[in-house]
Amino acid sequence: MTIRVRVNGNEIELPTAVSIEQMIRLVDIPQNYLAVEVNAIVVPREDHGRHLIDDGDEVEVVTLVGGG
Amino acid sequence: MNPTSPLPPDRHHEHPVEDRGLDVGGHALASRLIVGTGRYESMTQMRLSLDQSGSDCVTVAVRRERLYDASGQNILDFIDSDRYILLPNTAGCFNATDAIRAARLGREILRTLKNPGADWVKLEVLGDSKTLLPDPVETISACRELVADGFKVLCYTSDDPVIARRLKELGAASVMPAGSPIGSGQGLLNPNNLRIILEYLKQGDPDYPVIVDAGVGTASDVSQAFELGADGVLLNTAIAHARDPIRMARAMKHAAIAGREAFLAGRIPRRLYGTASSPVEGVISTRPYGNASR
Repeated sequence: MTIRVRVNGNEIELPTAVSIEQMIRLVDIPQNYLAVEVNAIVVPREDHGRHLIDDGDEVEVVTLVGGG
Repeated sequence: MNPTSPLPPDRHHEHPVEDRGLDVGGHALASRLIVGTGRYESMTQMRLSLDQSGSDCVTVAVRRERLYDASGQNILDFIDSDRYILLPNTAGCFNATDAIRAARLGREILRTLKNPGADWVKLEVLGDSKTLLPDPVETISACRELVADGFKVLCYTSDDPVIARRLKELGAASVMPAGSPIGSGQGLLNPNNLRIILEYLKQGDPDYPVIVDAGVGTASDVSQAFELGADGVLLNTAIAHARDPIRMARAMKHAAIAGREAFLAGRIPRRLYGTASSPVEGVISTRPYGNASR
């Protein structure tokens, strides 16, 4: 079984019952320097392991870049 | 020189020579320059420019991670977190909702990095992608909500004194009027508005920090902002896009010191006519046109 979610604006398919922590690992992002938002709410780093991604979720994975 | 004739007493002993640093949002900054980290040719050029600017506070932006290109360099590897406090911004946001989301995401990253900058944000809500001028309505709305959420808000705004006063009343930790549009290099287009903002916001609250943010083109713009009485200057492009960014960063450091010191020292009033620096008495010359003072 899979679910479809939108990550950083791109629709991707994920297995069901995937946590944020697992999802970040699946898409090969370095875990450092990241913040994750699900449906416009920030999920604290401490909750990444137990927060499961749902079908249709809008996920944003952000980092810091140069800016003024 | 006659060795028995003593030098006049050093007037610097009468008051402290050293200026205190910039205190904003509960953070004490040694330098009054806040510099951006964007638009450099390379991370190394950025790192050296930050070093030469003398700043101890740098801004960063929150952006989507490139999901399938994890090999890119991360800016955090080039900023010494023991030396610089990070000031995350909401740059690129065009409404309050997005700016609030960006602020919270930035806070989350800085919190996990254990950077002291986790409790503040440079709020920037733009109204127009051509001029990059701020949207005052969305800025006020976002400022209100972020203050309620516990953020110390350093609020980018136009040079409108009325909006500036509103933002201070809302609880902004600093109001940051633009000198001119972001990245335009036009300097301070309306020094009189900045004077009014400084007067209004510091009335009965002289330590309230007002930081000129955006529009700096070269070192004299920085000096001018400090001479007007600004507490700090925030700039990015004027350094990053200079022909020699590292040298320009150093110029900005000196310009900030020069302008601030000149403000503290107090400039002389402008006069229409000349006043002689050398003694008028005893000069071995006659004057044309008689004595002008009569």
